[in-house]
Amino acid sequence: MSADQHALLLDRGNLKRRNRFNKAVEVVSTVAAVLAVAVLVIVVGSVFLKGVGALSLHFLTTPTALFGESGGGISNAIVGSAIIVAIASVIAIPIGILIAIYTTEFAPPSIAHPVRFVLDILNGVPTIITGIFVFGLLVEGNHQSGFAASVALAIVMLPIVARTAQEVLTLVPSTLKEAANALGIAPWRSTVRITIPTAAGGLITGSLLAVARVAGETAPIILLSSIVSQGVLTDPGEPLASIPYFIFQSSESPSATAHTEAWAAALVLIAFVLVLNVVARAFYARSRKRMGA
Amino acid sequence: MDVSRDSTESAPMSEARPDPQTDPQTQSGFTAPTVAASGSAQGSTTRDRGVGTVELKQLNAYYGSTHAVRGVDLAFESDKVTAIIGPSGCGKSTLVRCINRMHEEIDGARADGQVVLDGLDLYDSRIDIVAVRRAVGMVFQKPNPFPTMSVFDNVVSGLRLTGASRGDIDDRGREALVGAGLWEEVKDRLKAPGVGLSGGQQQRLCIARALAVEPEVLLMDEPCSALDPVATLKIEELIGELKQRVTIVIVTHNMQQAARVADTTVFMLDGELIEVGPTDKLFTTPDDSRTEQYVTGKFG
Ligand SMILES: Nc1ncnc2c1ncn2[C@@H]1O[C@H](COP(=O)(O)OP(=O)(O)OP(=O)(O)O)[C@@H](O)[C@H]1O
Ligand SMILES: [Mg+2]
Repeated sequence: MSADQHALLLDRGNLKRRNRFNKAVEVVSTVAAVLAVAVLVIVVGSVFLKGVGALSLHFLTTPTALFGESGGGISNAIVGSAIIVAIASVIAIPIGILIAIYTTEFAPPSIAHPVRFVLDILNGVPTIITGIFVFGLLVEGNHQSGFAASVALAIVMLPIVARTAQEVLTLVPSTLKEAANALGIAPWRSTVRITIPTAAGGLITGSLLAVARVAGETAPIILLSSIVSQGVLTDPGEPLASIPYFIFQSSESPSATAHTEAWAAALVLIAFVLVLNVVARAFYARSRKRMGA
Repeated sequence: MDVSRDSTESAPMSEARPDPQTDPQTQSGFTAPTVAASGSAQGSTTRDRGVGTVELKQLNAYYGSTHAVRGVDLAFESDKVTAIIGPSGCGKSTLVRCINRMHEEIDGARADGQVVLDGLDLYDSRIDIVAVRRAVGMVFQKPNPFPTMSVFDNVVSGLRLTGASRGDIDDRGREALVGAGLWEEVKDRLKAPGVGLSGGQQQRLCIARALAVEPEVLLMDEPCSALDPVATLKIEELIGELKQRVTIVIVTHNMQQAARVADTTVFMLDGELIEVGPTDKLFTTPDDSRTEQYVTGKFG
């Protein structure tokens, strides 16, 4: 090495500053990450502490008490939420996955790109707007129903399902599609029998995350399924109770017991969402392994 | 639904065969034996002489404006192994992918000229491209078994997903595994995942999968380059056995391999065919100086 080349390796006076800057960036980003975790811990922790006292088998298996009475539970809200979310899933998951299959496997880029863009916009639409839209479509001139709430939640789910499914389908190695192609397997058949099974784990992940995302959705529910009769109802043609609406309503109440019940219901909801997320991760890990990622 | 015969997708090759009255090929004295409609001569380990002959006539292939294969005229003989050698980027892969019409699957890629299989031009407008792939099988550089399928399901995937009748499947799957020299090794783990096999076994699994649909021609694009020497040797032995029943075209970077397995060797350079001849002649006394430079390691 010549002296000139040595000079290139030596401190040009700003080495200390650069090192300090690197250090600062590292610290700031670590703090940001810790903050995110802390927020989660604080939210889950406080919901747990405030709600666990009111949580009991009785609370989970008894319908909400009449207005002004205490001692009720959330069985009707659990059943209602389950029905609303199930119907939303039945609508949104197949359509979302079909959109993803079409755009990743068959559509030319000139169609796939605009579709992706539209899905991203749909994903950003505030849910209250979706709620009002469905209100105008199904409730106005008619009456509230669990089904109307399902339609709104399906609209919220659709872009989530479709976008995650697109991501997962593009991860399926092109070598598999090529192998199928070279065997003389028709494109639609290789999609159904090779691409989709290979991506199945990831498709399930996306769907579960979408379910978790809408399970707590409140704004459309207030508009579309909130004037609820007593008892455990199961007819989606009528307004159904739901956990998010129960939380909203109880927290509006002046009674302290009602507040604790709101926390307990919140605990049930957040536990459901966390479990779904963990299961979703497990499917995702399996799927990635399969695709050799 | 996997056993149903869908008329559009499993139309036998013979239906797409050009009408002898109007086909210029047959008029120019070219006799056209049937493209042995899948399943004919292949139950046994040999086939009729001369079946599975491929002729390239003025074949050109392009990627957009890149002219990757330039006016190649070449015949691949039945019962022979033909090796294609040449420096990286000379168009070997492109050439073989034109034979099963996989080349045009790439965006912006196209080909012209003729690829004549047993008298039938595979580039005729009446040809069912999907069916071409059943007559001309392909094995890739990296083993690519379907990850969701068991060993056996992988082997018969081509049969099941192209609508063969259910009764055949077990027998033909076993035959293909025997044919690919894999039966003894996997007969006790047919239901285990295909991706659980070793790399060499996976590659023979892919060969079995290609053989199961009983192609007339088998294209192999550097089939051993991801394998260790022992696994490579097994595949080379296998190629020697398979040539009785399927015309083999193998692309290789390994000249010893070409010398070991190939009857005929083709040397390509910059998309052009430079020389074709019996393997030992091409490696010892080639006609073209560029061939000599390449086989003696002077370039490439
Ligand atoms: N997908 C593609 N798009 C554009 N050009 C391509 C593509 N694939 C290959 N080419 C070009 O076509 C030419 C021939 O490529 P090809 O892959 O057939 O070469 P090869 O002989 O198989 O090389 P190797 O020995 O490295 O596999 C090269 O110039 C290459 O850059
Ligand atoms: Mg190549």
